[in-house]
Amino acid sequence: MPVPIDLLSFARAVANGDIRVIDLTQTLSQEFPTIVLPPELGQCAPFRMEEVSRYDERGPAWYWNNISLGEHTGTHFDAPIHWISGKDLPNNAVDTIDAAKFIAPACVLDCSKECAANPDFALTVPFVEQWEARHGRIGPGSWVLLRTDWSKRSYPDYAGLRDDGAHTPGPEPAVVKWFVEERDVHGFGTETIGTDFGQGHHFNPPYPAHFYMHGKGRFGLQCLTNLDLLPPKGAVIIAAPLKIKQGSGSPLRVLALVGGGTA
Amino acid sequence: MTSGATRKSYDGVVACLPVTIPYRRYSTNSAHWWIGRALHELTKRAGLRPKDIDGLAVSSFTVGPDTAVGLTQHFGLSPRWLDHIPFGGASGIIALRRAARAVQAGDAHIVACVAADTNHVDSFRKTLSTFSRFAQDAVYPYGSGGANASFALITKHYMNTYGAKREDFAKLCIAQRDNALSIPHAMMKRKLTLDEYMSARPIADPIHLFDCVMPCAGAEALLVCREDTARSFNLPAVRILSTIERHNAFATDPMQVRGGWALDAGELWSMAGLTPEDVDFVQTYDDYPVISVMQLEDLGFCAKGEGPDFVRSHTFTNDGTFPHNTSGGQLSVGQAGAAGGFLGLVEAMRQLTSQPLGSQVPDANSCLVSGFGMINYDRGLSSCAAILARVA
Amino acid sequence: MTQPLVRPKRKNPLQRTRLPLSPQGVRSRTAHGLTAAAAEGRFALQVCLDCDAVVYPPRDACPSCLSARIPFRDVDPSGTLIAETTVQTSTDPYFRERTPWRVGTVKLDAGPVVVAHLHGDAVEGARVRLELKLDKSGSAVAIALPEKDTPNMADDPHLREMTCDPKFRRVLVTDGRTPVGQAMAQAFSDTGAAIVFVGLADAWKPFPGLDGLRKVERVEIVPLDMTDTESVTEQAEQNGARIDIVVNTAEHVRSGGIVDRHGLTVAREEMDVRYLGLMRLAQAFGPILRFRGADGVNSAAAFVNLLSVHALMNWPTYGSYSATEAACLSAAQCMRAELRPGGVKVLNVFFGPLETEWFQTVPPPKVAPATLANAVVRALRQGTEDAFVGDVAEDIRQRLAVNPKALEREMAS
Repeated sequence: MPVPIDLLSFARAVANGDIRVIDLTQTLSQEFPTIVLPPELGQCAPFRMEEVSRYDERGPAWYWNNISLGEHTGTHFDAPIHWISGKDLPNNAVDTIDAAKFIAPACVLDCSKECAANPDFALTVPFVEQWEARHGRIGPGSWVLLRTDWSKRSYPDYAGLRDDGAHTPGPEPAVVKWFVEERDVHGFGTETIGTDFGQGHHFNPPYPAHFYMHGKGRFGLQCLTNLDLLPPKGAVIIAAPLKIKQGSGSPLRVLALVGGGTA
Repeated sequence: MTSGATRKSYDGVVACLPVTIPYRRYSTNSAHWWIGRALHELTKRAGLRPKDIDGLAVSSFTVGPDTAVGLTQHFGLSPRWLDHIPFGGASGIIALRRAARAVQAGDAHIVACVAADTNHVDSFRKTLSTFSRFAQDAVYPYGSGGANASFALITKHYMNTYGAKREDFAKLCIAQRDNALSIPHAMMKRKLTLDEYMSARPIADPIHLFDCVMPCAGAEALLVCREDTARSFNLPAVRILSTIERHNAFATDPMQVRGGWALDAGELWSMAGLTPEDVDFVQTYDDYPVISVMQLEDLGFCAKGEGPDFVRSHTFTNDGTFPHNTSGGQLSVGQAGAAGGFLGLVEAMRQLTSQPLGSQVPDANSCLVSGFGMINYDRGLSSCAAILARVA
Repeated sequence: MTQPLVRPKRKNPLQRTRLPLSPQGVRSRTAHGLTAAAAEGRFALQVCLDCDAVVYPPRDACPSCLSARIPFRDVDPSGTLIAETTVQTSTDPYFRERTPWRVGTVKLDAGPVVVAHLHGDAVEGARVRLELKLDKSGSAVAIALPEKDTPNMADDPHLREMTCDPKFRRVLVTDGRTPVGQAMAQAFSDTGAAIVFVGLADAWKPFPGLDGLRKVERVEIVPLDMTDTESVTEQAEQNGARIDIVVNTAEHVRSGGIVDRHGLTVAREEMDVRYLGLMRLAQAFGPILRFRGADGVNSAAAFVNLLSVHALMNWPTYGSYSATEAACLSAAQCMRAELRPGGVKVLNVFFGPLETEWFQTVPPPKVAPATLANAVVRALRQGTEDAFVGDVAEDIRQRLAVNPKALEREMAS
């Protein structure tokens, strides 16, 4: 017989702070950097707002805006259909993914010190095995979130663009493959623009985080913040993208629930 | 140049009944009102009923959107001869010429010739800015100095070319002011001294304040009819010995130093059978003193360029050696718009019938009246003149 | 002798701003042949095709032979100033507050007599040359200049009223990220402009030329994103009252047609950067420019659009770009009418392919960014409204005047 779970107690615990809600989302604003692709290719739309009215002749008692943005603007979710390796999987778009998959536990890997010294820090299998030695094995169905403290940087340093592209931390091909095949992870999340290493176009395969994760029907989260407020294990992530018809992803509100007995 | 022998005389036709509606600096009334006052005065003094007027000539800058035809219904007239004469300072003599031929041919018996303009506070500015297509396109955008600026250029050029001095123009203006002292409705009521003239406020160099007429509201009018008609109404009359008219003369002169009179003066004198020495007084069109000087030259009183000498060697008050602008001209009395083109004619009629408003010129038996106007672009296009004589 | 302009002192913030007035701009339709010539900096009068008479003021039949074939043609502007006057008082409010104002009569060698404004160094009796300029009403007027250039000529107050000289004015170059933007910053720095604001978007995206831009004298880099309404509004709020000339260097050049292009995202970017960007600038800066059109020596003077000449005739290889430029051209015409009450000119500077990366495969002749920048400065100094820079732009202008349909076919071949 399954143990009954008291959802109302859960709600009460959230309301009174026993369960803390940590907002892992960057504010959608015009200034926030977006992914920059080679100029001949299609670009991700930046976030823009056009005021419709503001208690004025265009609308006397109300204020509202029209917004424009891409599916991958700001803090956003990547669905498997986003990458060529996941294009034929079933239920691979934001409107067809099982909604239950929008809630999952997270393991937070802290490499902030290493990244402070080196923007080209690449996550490797040995690094993760060392983490597991301290915090325990990464459980199946967990988000793996890479805490780099990159979200604390000024925008130019955050984007990390130099004359040979972006220099931002990310995973090597081997570790991504290992996450999927050895640990059955739910998805991979980062603070940086993109789940991949900044110079990931030089890897084999290029952009392995996208290639392997989406190729196996797993998800991505990017431009996260406040990962430094999360425990290494035990946080539960709510990350539900907009239900866009055949959407490849969407900006969303990513919330982490922490507490209720967790460290 | 045609000789006078080929021009038909004006025998049997006279001008009579000179009417002036006293000028006012500003008027809230319409031009129609001023025209109405003049018509009323004409009919009252002649003992006419309005329907007796079977010919009408009208000149006015501010009667828009009406022209002469709207005025027939406005005033309850039913003329069989109608003309609108928009020639500014040349309107009086041109109206006289048109009306005289109509009466001679029997097309009309009694023609009222009326010129009137109102002067609202913005009339002057509005008239300047819409005066003509060439003024709109090629003059007004350049400093918007109006006719003052255009005539300043003409005056400057005349002074450079012929050595005229401001003092020469002063002499004419001062004499005219003297002639105006006894005119009750004159805008300028005081004697003018040389000092005042020379130190007056500059308007557009070299033109200063007393070279300029004062725009005002007013009306001038007269009747043209057969000599026996005038006698039957007991109206003293004036005979027309000759007239000339010309528009856009000397178009290739780079700047205006002469008007159309220079082309047609010979015909004027020969048609009248007179010479310049024969007339007893002269009314020139005096929008600016330089134009009066040009008229004296072009009408044959002296040669071209000798105007300054002529001015220096004559006196121009009504008791002087060359009585000129005998009621003071527009420079003293004011310019009531198109009525300025009738002012000299109406004053000449008063002198020739011994009923002046001011002082009488002695032995006033014949005179020359000259008209000029319509600064379409950079010069006055219209010129005209008439020699009139007392009916013996 | 023209007094050289003195650098104006800081504006007293408690003093009322003098509002713009306009001389009478009404002209007959035929007289606007002069406006067309003045807009391009040409001196043209009507010339009779049947008897060779040169005719002025503009009219509808030759006064020598009554022919109706009197088109406007470039004529010799030389002449003699035969009389001058100084207007001391006027019923027109514009001139009333600007007296004393010299005008004169010029006898042209070509024949006609022209009433003209006078440059301070034009002397009565001396030789002069006439130029047609657009006055504050936007209609053409003639101004007589001394036959040979004189020192500080451009500083003559009558002449400065009809031009948009950058000297002592404050300029905004809206985008310094591109070679054109950088060339523009340098060119204005060289004109004696008081300050050159240079807008940059996305400071987190480095680009070559940033270091060079920082080194240009009197340049002040400001944040400005032409695709972001809030950014443009903020910049206008901060600096709008001290910007006299806006030069819109924002560009988005991509090849590709209308049928022959895959998707609309690039077209959206083109329209957002170019057309909506222009509209953002117009709404944010237009009112303050218009308000300050008569605000002293460094009054608001001009809004400069850099437009592909293909705004006038689509080039299918760059077909979507051409269409976007056409939208900008129409918007500029609207802005011209809207800014005219402030006496602020809208300049359209047309160019063919540039020597920049997105025109890389286009064969020469192409226009170098510095050439374009210098042409903008020249147009502002002359007070012209429409400028065509480079051989291709001039070629298209001429072909358009003769047979637009032939040009349309030839652009597509």
